Amino acid sequence: MKAIPLSYVARNLWVRRVTTLLTAGGMALVVFVFTVVLMMSEGIRATLVATGQADNILVLRKGSGAEINSGIGRDQAAIIESLPGIATARDGRVMLSKEPVVLNNLPKRSNGKPSNVTVRGTSEIGLELRPQVKIIEGRMFRPGTSEIIAGKAVAQGFRGTGLGETLHFAQRDWVVVGIFDSGKTGFDSELWGDSDQMMAAFRRNAYSTIVFRLSDQSAIEAVKRGIDLDPRLQIDAKPEIQFYAEQSEALATFIRILGLSLSIIFSIGAIVGAMITMFAAVAQRVGEIGTLRALGFRRNAILIAFLMESLLLSLVGGLIGLFAASWMQTVDISTTNFQTFSELAFQFKMSPEIIVKSVLFSLSMGFIGGFIPAWRASRKKIVDCLRES
Amino acid sequence: MFLFRLLLKNAFRHRLRTILTMVGLVVAICAFGLLRTIIDAWYAGVEGTSSVRLVTRNSISLTFPLPLNYAERLRNVEGVTGVSWSNWFGGVYITERNFFPQFAVEPASYLALYPEYILSDEEKKAFILDRQGCIVGRKLAEQYGWKIGDQIPLRGTIYPGTWTFTLRGIWDGADAKTDESQMLFHWQYLTETTKKRLKRSTDFVGVYIVRINEPDNAPLISERIDQQFKNSLAETLTETEKAFQLGFVSMSEAILVAVNAVSYVIIIIIMAVMANTMSMTARERLAEYATLKALGFSPSFVVKLLFGESLVIALIGGGAGMLLTLPIAAGFAKAVGTLFPVFVVSETTMALQVLACLVVGVVAAAWPAWKMSRIDIVNGLMHVA
Repeated sequence: MKAIPLSYVARNLWVRRVTTLLTAGGMALVVFVFTVVLMMSEGIRATLVATGQADNILVLRKGSGAEINSGIGRDQAAIIESLPGIATARDGRVMLSKEPVVLNNLPKRSNGKPSNVTVRGTSEIGLELRPQVKIIEGRMFRPGTSEIIAGKAVAQGFRGTGLGETLHFAQRDWVVVGIFDSGKTGFDSELWGDSDQMMAAFRRNAYSTIVFRLSDQSAIEAVKRGIDLDPRLQIDAKPEIQFYAEQSEALATFIRILGLSLSIIFSIGAIVGAMITMFAAVAQRVGEIGTLRALGFRRNAILIAFLMESLLLSLVGGLIGLFAASWMQTVDISTTNFQTFSELAFQFKMSPEIIVKSVLFSLSMGFIGGFIPAWRASRKKIVDCLRES
Repeated sequence: MFLFRLLLKNAFRHRLRTILTMVGLVVAICAFGLLRTIIDAWYAGVEGTSSVRLVTRNSISLTFPLPLNYAERLRNVEGVTGVSWSNWFGGVYITERNFFPQFAVEPASYLALYPEYILSDEEKKAFILDRQGCIVGRKLAEQYGWKIGDQIPLRGTIYPGTWTFTLRGIWDGADAKTDESQMLFHWQYLTETTKKRLKRSTDFVGVYIVRINEPDNAPLISERIDQQFKNSLAETLTETEKAFQLGFVSMSEAILVAVNAVSYVIIIIIMAVMANTMSMTARERLAEYATLKALGFSPSFVVKLLFGESLVIALIGGGAGMLLTLPIAAGFAKAVGTLFPVFVVSETTMALQVLACLVVGVVAAAWPAWKMSRIDIVNGLMHVA
């Protein structure tokens, strides 16, 4: 079977530029929204998953699910500290950080509206346990003082958290002495201070979480079993990476479901647009179809030619949409993660998988929109076509 | 009348295309209405507030408690006519998926502050007398099929352990804006059980709700309250119930902005589809318009024809979309259950839908109309030959 050349198909789209552009534009918008939503949930996931370190173990009170709900008393903390299998640093200290985590309602720089910022009490070891965290301005807080350091996103987004600025909470003034960059992870949205000072200021006698490193990666199951068997410990222990992945679940799923249902609704509009365009294309070229048939092209060749035209149209739309969406990678956004109830800054993130999904999505719109018109075109009788023209 | 019939005939000359366009319009207008309703639902908590209620919380953040002994001092603040308190419970009913808000409250004073929760006197009395009792809103009760006397078990995430409550009453909202998807139970029961289990003092309160004498006095009284507790261990932040609820909404602002933007993007997409249809229509009728002009009709008549046809299509399609919005919104509300306490298509939304139809109709016809009003008669007629 002889196929109709692709150049004929492409030229047809070019001849009716305005119509082509309008249809492709509608599709581009749909693909844009589709892609951006996928990028958003990917961004949230990537940010939180990268927050956890694979060889760190995080401990919460049983069933609490989030750091702010959790509470681990000092006595339990002492037991955990003495568990076998925890790594020690070169100077003999145990690689374990006991951390109170609280939420502080701070006003945003942009509009003064308050949002919850996570305040974490930590220590030198806590910093060592997160090698991705680097001080980029100022210095580390001195232990035993009311000094704090702020994550990059917090420092940019909230009043009173810039270098040298002061925050007042828990009856004290806290001076920001450093800004840290944690490489686009969840810590960028946190304030860090000295663990003991935080415990005293907030008058707490229970830590929120305990993070430690295992001396041997393979010992994880043994450590977990040890914790489960100890009746004094009512806690859940899991790899830090798994904990943060779970924290992203609700928000990422919500955005994905909302986005996908919107995309489906949108795509109906775009498919209708493609269908209208293709029906018109067929109607306009009845004579041509007849001539092509008379020249010996088969019905299937006609079908494929029109289908190709529709697919090409949707591909153009899809690529425009993808291109526009790729610019969203330069935008930083931050919203409240309702699983932790605290602010989370993240970026839209493009991935090869998203590109493939978006292109397939746009092509399927073109296919659904173009099939009926193309099929109709291929069923026309030669005589009718030639007469109509 | 003649013109209208001409428009209608014109619009349906290419039946398939017109119907497809209308399907697109129905979907777009419907989706637009639904999205606007979702945004409204987000703000429902704000709409349902009272201007004579203030909320006092810990100034650090909501997750920090206030001492119980603040209640007495709050009562003595000038202008305060009622005080109650509540704690967020955060329990899980069977699985995490069944989320609904639960509050431990001081029953008698709380119900006195919330007259919009309508309960019969017996139910109210039964609830106040039973320390393990609870009451829920009508919507929540229907969601899970609860009846008075049922046992409702919750697994605490903030307060460890399993808690079981006996349903003593189901309230109806005084109007459509009242939240009927919450559960209230005894604060006393919560705090005493926690004390027994954790063996430490738990005389702490999540937030205080304060009724004031005069809405206009809200800023003044808030100031007085916060001054009272300045430089104490737990400094307070007092704001109107409305501001308090708005604080929650603004936390998810990024998502709201996105949903809002998307609702307008839909309209733009359908504009592109409509404009496409109209430019095709215009192109096909080039000869016709040239003939009209040759017969002596003014260019403005041709323009009127195009705009009229575009508006007829937009209004028929959009109207159908509006009619469909109501049953779809009702179905949606049922599907999401208690996620949105209030889910009603507002009059503003409907007005916006009409406006969107008109804008789509006008914009879609603008470019073809401009082009057609300028066609050269000779050129146009040449197409006929």
